[in-house]
Amino acid sequence: MRLPEDCRYSKQHEWIRVEGDGGTVGITDHAQKELGDVVFVELPEIGQAFAADEVLANVESVKAVSEVYAPVAGEVLAVNSNLDSSPELVNEDPYGEAWFVRIRLVDSSDLDNLLTADQYRKYVEEESAG
Amino acid sequence: MGAFGGWEMPIEYSGIVREHLNVRNRVGLFDVSHMGEIEIDGSGGLALVQQVTCNDAGRLQPGQIQYSALLTDQGTFVDDILVHRLEESRFLLCVNAGNTGRDYHHICRQNRFGARVADVSDQYVQLAIQGPEAEPVLQPLVDLDLSEIGYYRFRPGNIQGVPGLIARTGYTGEDGFEIYFPPAAAEAVWEALSRSGQSREMLPAGLGARNTLRLEARMALYGHEIDEDTTPWEAGLGWMVRMDKPEFTGKTALAAQLETGVPKKLVGFEMQGPGIGRDGYDVLGNGRRIGWVTSGSPAPFLRKNIGLAYVNEAEAFLGNRLEIQVRKRLVPAEVVKTPFYRRRKR
Repeated sequence: MRLPEDCRYSKQHEWIRVEGDGGTVGITDHAQKELGDVVFVELPEIGQAFAADEVLANVESVKAVSEVYAPVAGEVLAVNSNLDSSPELVNEDPYGEAWFVRIRLVDSSDLDNLLTADQYRKYVEEESAG
Repeated sequence: MGAFGGWEMPIEYSGIVREHLNVRNRVGLFDVSHMGEIEIDGSGGLALVQQVTCNDAGRLQPGQIQYSALLTDQGTFVDDILVHRLEESRFLLCVNAGNTGRDYHHICRQNRFGARVADVSDQYVQLAIQGPEAEPVLQPLVDLDLSEIGYYRFRPGNIQGVPGLIARTGYTGEDGFEIYFPPAAAEAVWEALSRSGQSREMLPAGLGARNTLRLEARMALYGHEIDEDTTPWEAGLGWMVRMDKPEFTGKTALAAQLETGVPKKLVGFEMQGPGIGRDGYDVLGNGRRIGWVTSGSPAPFLRKNIGLAYVNEAEAFLGNRLEIQVRKRLVPAEVVKTPFYRRRKR
């Protein structure tokens, strides 16, 4: 399982990479594997504000539709419109090309509720074993 | 791995899209051992099958197979089944995993004909070899000439030396076979098939691809298109109801519905905007709720988002513009001809 060290992770399988008061959000390698072939990503509007754990986006795979939650509270600064035409990027490059949104963080202490790469790895392993 | 009727079944092996396309273009191997089998025999065998099914099993010769259904007194589906006529008065019913126990009791309750009814599900595993290259993959494992088995026909034969049944049926819209044999041989047969399929790039396929394949071919799935609230008229399966049979369970109710007309009808739809109409989503016409989606998915071969839905009878016409409530958005969809996919006859 690929887990970049420079990201924080949520238990709902989102990642966020923080730079200053902004952050880039996507879904994890583990999440894309669970979903299978991604065929459609429904992104929010620029300017929309979200509380932590609110539904931020929806990912449709052939198998099912899954909600993507905001890992932290914030306002959407940009959305990755490449995913409209190339949703398969989510399977191919979940931490790079397939970022979902950039957000402005409301409260950087939200990050304290998220997991480090190591903690997330352990969490996923326990969850799959469970 | 997903839980399925108490069975641990693979949803996918190498990816639903890849598995799906491989079945359409070449060949795929499915483990469908969860399907149930019920055997009916004895001198009252035919009479019992005729009572509990809506199609006419009397038209079957030994070695022939028929798609049929068990119905309630209300004419709604207890299950959809395949009836195999093994001998003059001996039948094998292939039924849905989750319904096996219920089907068995449903049949036994109506057995006033002295037939013997047995749930023989644990005596069989079932594998499906599906796709245009299914025949050459299966041929080396069996001791009969597969080209002599026609569509919806079967023969008893040896599979890797083990006696079983070889049927030319499937749930994918492709040519192919479903084979039934004792569980003890399951691993050996799976491995022999895998070896035989190697040169033809056969892939194992899971329940995910099985679902998208059957949807493209507009085959019904119990619990989705058909259940105890739907009749064959509503589901577009009237062709398998033989109202000229003197008597079968559900006939009176079906005759009454022919008089009154159906309240709802199953239609195929194609999404016209971004979004997928999934099972259970509301269908709207002119802003009013007129029905619901029973199955909806991206169609990997057709590269469209398709689905089946029940809509009010008056709305069930080709070209009708619908809207499907996809979360907070209404996405346009159009009623289209089905099956969405039909294989080229060779």
